[in-house]
Amino acid sequence: MSVNTIWVYCDLVGGAATSGSLELVGEAKALGATEVVAWIGGDASDAAAALGNHGATALKATGDLGGSLQGVAVGAAMAEAMAAGAPDLIMFPQSYDGRDVAARLSVAIDRPVITNNVGIEVNGDDIVCETAIFGGTKIVKTAFRCESPRLALFRPKSFAVEPTGGPAPTVETVSVPDTGTAGAAKVTGTHVEESEGPKLDEADIVVSGGRGLGEADKYEMIEQLAKALKGAPGASRAIVDAGWVPYSYQVGQTGKVVKPTVYIAAGISGATQHLVGMKGSKNIIAINKDEEAPIFGVADLGIVGDVHKVLPALLEALAARS
Amino acid sequence: MNVVVCVKQIPDPANPGSLDPDNTLSRNEKLILDESDSYGVEMALQLVDTAGGGEVTLVSMVPNKEVSGLRTALAMGANKAVLVSDDALAGTDALGTAKVLAAAIGRTEYDLVLAGTESSDGYTGTVPEQIAAVMGLPSVGFAKHIEVADGLVKVRRQNEEGYDEVECPLPAVVSVTAGVVEPRYPSFKGIMAAKSKPVDEVGIADLGIDASAVGVAGSRQETVAVEEAAAREAGEKVVDEGDAHERIVAFLDELKVI
Repeated sequence: MSVNTIWVYCDLVGGAATSGSLELVGEAKALGATEVVAWIGGDASDAAAALGNHGATALKATGDLGGSLQGVAVGAAMAEAMAAGAPDLIMFPQSYDGRDVAARLSVAIDRPVITNNVGIEVNGDDIVCETAIFGGTKIVKTAFRCESPRLALFRPKSFAVEPTGGPAPTVETVSVPDTGTAGAAKVTGTHVEESEGPKLDEADIVVSGGRGLGEADKYEMIEQLAKALKGAPGASRAIVDAGWVPYSYQVGQTGKVVKPTVYIAAGISGATQHLVGMKGSKNIIAINKDEEAPIFGVADLGIVGDVHKVLPALLEALAARS
Repeated sequence: MNVVVCVKQIPDPANPGSLDPDNTLSRNEKLILDESDSYGVEMALQLVDTAGGGEVTLVSMVPNKEVSGLRTALAMGANKAVLVSDDALAGTDALGTAKVLAAAIGRTEYDLVLAGTESSDGYTGTVPEQIAAVMGLPSVGFAKHIEVADGLVKVRRQNEEGYDEVECPLPAVVSVTAGVVEPRYPSFKGIMAAKSKPVDEVGIADLGIDASAVGVAGSRQETVAVEEAAAREAGEKVVDEGDAHERIVAFLDELKVI
């Protein structure tokens, strides 16, 4: 068996497809699919060119959802469209909306979803998903044992984002069936958490702080260092849960996955939860008082020291160079 | 207002995890309340308190009659629990879990169903939305703030750039992120009271669920290999003698990022 048709659910931010969506479109093409259909819950006109350029051969969009959440609406639209033929595989980014759409669809068509994948391969008759467990120390390979379509969610940055030079596909508008009570949740407003500089999951340099900073006020050192390096500030789950910084700063299993050129972990011990989100960084610098901290196991340069001394000295040294 | 909270009992995440011979996560040790679920329990207690009455009911499933994690949540103040315990549940996937929990929730009185966004051991992040879909209810995932008034639940739903404000009529399913509230520690009085709170233990047959829909077979997927991931080598480790910042600058210099 080969994989002929793959659907890819794509997230939009500000009208453009996210990198987590573009990488899946590209991987769908790389798996050998002859038809790669990008699905969008909303207006696709500003996303078509990039999706085509990354491998999408067709584009289905619902148009304005009138405040409905993606999960119920796009899940129902996909289920209905399958009456005309189901794809072999549907790929979703492991994002907020990606999870919701996959979850709603899985119930609607009674298919399992394999989640948190970091890779995929087609082996003869099998579609095999790869998931990293135990902090990324083991890879589990799981084959679907169900009829098409197979549903799989992928962690961001599992694949490279590479333009293929394909043309922009024509946008085909699909209808959303009446979802009744299940679709009763409505978005009434949107709040953007402003942050300066590059976005956390796109920055070339990420500086993250953790519990070792001692108190919320000290996080300012992380922001200063990120700014000095033209990078983005991040955080461990511990200080997000403690309310020092918003959730959007969190790096880790339940937060963002980052793979910058340089990742600096200051006062972060390196719990599995955190390592999963940053161990793919090209270079890792860790500063921690505890020389047994697990973060040193993945650091290219480990500084056993007090962040309250090392960070101010580092900021001063960088300021002196500019 | 009556609130149902889905809670999971998991192996202590502080211990290194291991796999059973069938490549499912080993759950032979004592299971504890997933910390991610303590936020839902706290949120439920606060919402019932604000509403001026009602009950908090826990719903959970295990293959082995385990209740210690449930007792923790009961000690926090939940009123009662429904525990689906059945040998057949070992290896159940997210969709099967949602079918079982939805059936168990159906045995209770509820205006609102809360769950953590994802468990700390399986972390699929799909179960709350799947429960809502099985029950035909509306849902709002990834809540960082919740209010209930006039038959509506108002939620700040986390998104890529901040949050959306979402309104949803009750009954509904809402999943909560860690940090939505500060979970209380069980008091001594609460721990003592929890011992006598009712736990309704049922099997999947009691819920009208066929064994073929759950467990490893019901998951319709097969682990074909478990391999060691390429390990990342630790590099140089130096003790700060007051000059560590110079080492960092030199390292960044070499990478040509400054």
